[in-house]
Amino acid sequence: MDMFATALPALGEAVTLIFRPEQLMFLVAGVLLGLSIGVLPGLGGIAGLSLVLPFMFGMEPVSGLALMVGLIAVIPTSDTFSSVLLGIPGSSASQATVLDGFPLAKKGQAARALAAAFMSSLYGGLLGAVVLTCFIFIARPLILAFGLPEMLMITVLGLSMVAILAGRVPLKGVIAAGMGLMAGTIGAAGAGGSLRMSTYDIPYLVDGLQLVIVGLGIYAIPEIVSLLRQDKPIATSGQLGLGWMQGIKDWWANIWLSTRSAFIGVTVGIIPGLGGSVVDWIAYGFAVQTAKNKENFGQGDIRGVIAPESSNNAKEGGGLIPTLIFGIPGSGSMAVFLGGLALLGLSPGPHMVRQDLSTTYTIVWSLALANVIGAGLCIVLSKYIAKLTTIRFTLLAPYLFMIIAFAAFQSRQSIGDLVALIGIGFLGILLRRFDYSRPAFLIGFVLSAQAEGFANMANQIAASRFRRSWEAGFDYIFTPLSIGILVLTVLSIWIGIKQSKNIRENIDAPTGAKRAPVIFLLCITAYIAVSVWDASTITRFGDKIFPLVVGIVTLAGCFALLIRMRLSPETDEAFIDLEAGGSDAEAPQGLWWTLSWFLGLLVMTFIFGLVIALCLFLLLFFRIRGGLSWVASTLYMAGGVAFILFLAGVLGRDFPPGLLQAYFDLPWPLT
Amino acid sequence: MSMKLKALGMIAGAVAAATASMGQAQDLAGETVEYVIPFSESGGSARWANFYAPLLSEALPGNPTVVVRYRPGAGSTEGANWFQEQTTDDGTLIFGTSGSTQFPYLLGDPRVRYEYSDWQPVLASGTGGVVFLPPDLGARFDGDFDDLGDEFFLYGSQGATTLDLVPLLSFQMLGLQVDPVFGIEGRGDGRLMFERGEANIDYQTSSAYIASVIPLVEQGLAVPAFSFGALDENGLIVRDPTFPDIPSFKEVCEATAACDTEGLAWDAWKAFFISGFAAQKMVYLPGTASPEVVAMYEQAFRDILARPDFAELAAAELGVYPQLTGDGGRSASDQATKVSDEARGFVLNWLNEAYGVSMQ
Repeated sequence: MDMFATALPALGEAVTLIFRPEQLMFLVAGVLLGLSIGVLPGLGGIAGLSLVLPFMFGMEPVSGLALMVGLIAVIPTSDTFSSVLLGIPGSSASQATVLDGFPLAKKGQAARALAAAFMSSLYGGLLGAVVLTCFIFIARPLILAFGLPEMLMITVLGLSMVAILAGRVPLKGVIAAGMGLMAGTIGAAGAGGSLRMSTYDIPYLVDGLQLVIVGLGIYAIPEIVSLLRQDKPIATSGQLGLGWMQGIKDWWANIWLSTRSAFIGVTVGIIPGLGGSVVDWIAYGFAVQTAKNKENFGQGDIRGVIAPESSNNAKEGGGLIPTLIFGIPGSGSMAVFLGGLALLGLSPGPHMVRQDLSTTYTIVWSLALANVIGAGLCIVLSKYIAKLTTIRFTLLAPYLFMIIAFAAFQSRQSIGDLVALIGIGFLGILLRRFDYSRPAFLIGFVLSAQAEGFANMANQIAASRFRRSWEAGFDYIFTPLSIGILVLTVLSIWIGIKQSKNIRENIDAPTGAKRAPVIFLLCITAYIAVSVWDASTITRFGDKIFPLVVGIVTLAGCFALLIRMRLSPETDEAFIDLEAGGSDAEAPQGLWWTLSWFLGLLVMTFIFGLVIALCLFLLLFFRIRGGLSWVASTLYMAGGVAFILFLAGVLGRDFPPGLLQAYFDLPWPLT
Repeated sequence: MSMKLKALGMIAGAVAAATASMGQAQDLAGETVEYVIPFSESGGSARWANFYAPLLSEALPGNPTVVVRYRPGAGSTEGANWFQEQTTDDGTLIFGTSGSTQFPYLLGDPRVRYEYSDWQPVLASGTGGVVFLPPDLGARFDGDFDDLGDEFFLYGSQGATTLDLVPLLSFQMLGLQVDPVFGIEGRGDGRLMFERGEANIDYQTSSAYIASVIPLVEQGLAVPAFSFGALDENGLIVRDPTFPDIPSFKEVCEATAACDTEGLAWDAWKAFFISGFAAQKMVYLPGTASPEVVAMYEQAFRDILARPDFAELAAAELGVYPQLTGDGGRSASDQATKVSDEARGFVLNWLNEAYGVSMQ
């Protein structure tokens, strides 16, 4: 009762604080800003918060909070636009939405998918806020129960989702996930700094690959290239079909699924250090595992949209708990949020929850209110924005590519970002072509650093405890919590393997000659073999063991698949090659020719810097590929470049320079 | 929203104008000063830079816009390598470093392609740190570590070549059996390990200690053992003025039988303590900046430090630590970026023997 006595007045105070007109104005400003940033593919919470951070110092705390919270709350909602409409994850929180959302858009049901997604987001966000309200007092012991062994187990649970996303040939899923894990180890090791598959002569690699770039490369580039080759609108029917009312009904029919996913979101969000990038996959995986009829997953099942979208908004509420109680961010955007709080003169931590309870509840309820406003706005807008799918894609693609290149460059502000983007994009194209699960690759990549870090740290602590006594060691590893998660993981793998055939990224599965799939697999095998050899040369045990073990397992998978390929006929599913038949093979434009446009952009960027390169690229693309007149091409180009300059100006960012800039001092934006 | 965008647009315009026209050095009116830090938006350096940026804007002649730019990467060495190549000479570019930039430089990290002596320091800011124990071990700590020599300690560490070098070396000198658990990503994670009971010794820098550990101390969940101390004007280690009730490492070392405040280990500890804490964060101009520009920045920082409300502003954001400019800043920078070959050799040898870390 004591708790309520302190909580209730604080809640009341928080409500009066939020509903002051000035705070509402800042909240709406944050929502609008978040909405416009979230819509752009690849730009998420970190970009948005960084944009408002310079203005935080000296702002009134409640106003500044309203602005930031409004922005954070709406991004997992609005990033759905690009996941559903373009097949490009709007941010790392809606990667799983692409799996079913994009096929729905292709079928012409974009508005339905969007409406269901927004309702789920709204519901998840509100649920997250309610849980946050009640939990803020009792969360502390719960969070402290999650030690390193438990976090490691949660990470493994996340990895077990690979089983269900592995696709037709489970071995390929293992190889894809292994490659993702290995890609995540590139660079200086987190613990000891040993170099893995990199050298100090290429400083870019030392820091490893960035999630934004891998996400964009693995999903966005293959989809853009594939759609470009068709030279058609995204929605083949050319209509929006079932409207947003249908989407809301769909959500209502699956409200239990939505609730469950939201709870998954809150729970995963609460655990600090785990990050939010897994939550959508876990929710998606469980949705498939528990569904009765699974045939449609991966081809446009509305439940595949509802589950991740309910969880990723709820996660923000959950993620605020460790951020506020411990001052430890649960995700990248929460880290920036924490920086913003510091600039407002608030330092989150135990004392903030105890002494600044009204401020804490202001944050919680701003989050809820922003969710309502954001989802409402998105639903109203979805009808119009969904029309994007009816535009001829050739006219849309260059702009998308421009935004993606810009977004990728934000991660490290190095030309290496663009090289990595194209390189990973190429890998993504091949993975898609030969039917290797791209979600599996991405899950592996996302969880790689965590899996390695938690495993190493838990191992160090356990070893130290075992040195003292066996009992102390076992007490540490085998807690009820970690055993519980282990059971869940085993169940998830078991159900996953049984049902993985039901989730298909590509519907038709043409098989062709053996040569191309075998060559691709040999290349993968060679890369993994080199990685294993490279890892074996590392002297520091903690830095070598993870890539070594994962590499050897992956290598075993590669050899097993090679043997299977040797023994089976050309019609075996191992030889799936999208270029051998179906819509890709019949596309009017060739793969290499389409890809060379982007290589051209890269080469021109190396010479002239991105801005000049973009001008040339857009102009030539619209003229030659789009078949527009010179005048129209120039206008289209000018519009695009003006937009990106505006965006860069607002964000205060530069563009990648080229050789030209090394010799001449040019004014911004050409610098 | 639209007002916000308008304001942002104006800044964007100012950026364009600033780079287009190279104005006069002594007056930065209408210019934009880029305050680059080699870290991300979330760390302590961002907080520090964002604290000084608006003050600088008021203090510099012509009141230029001062924007903080973030260039994180490779433990801050990437940003520092970038700054090394800059030749801006009109005062529109300044660079903020921290202990994480200093240590790789001092240890001869192969990633380092920058040279501190090429740059011109205009500000040096100090900070401090406090080591604390769980209550059961704290009860056995009586000003010295003599009774804790046979205890097994676990310590969450970001890596032996980061700022954690100083506490790790302290533990080693005190004769403690500490197993560092490498691989955490920030000191906050270390504190969380401590709160979960997985680690049983930890340290936090001053601002984090005030915000997050003092509440634990008040609840009886943590006991402070020692602060690293502060440097007085004679170059001696004294109690940290922010924590006058907590003994300094020097006091605890003197009281502990295993620990010596003379000799090679002590000299090395002191050298790295100064670099990592006493002059932890510094502001530099490129080597190409003219003497007038340097003088202009020194004057601006002097004006900031002389503001009547500075002590109050700084206490909340930075703690009670020396903020030095002019000759004081130069000598602090000198001390922070130079260690004797003996001290370096000692630390490199110790890192290799204790943790298998080498700098090749």
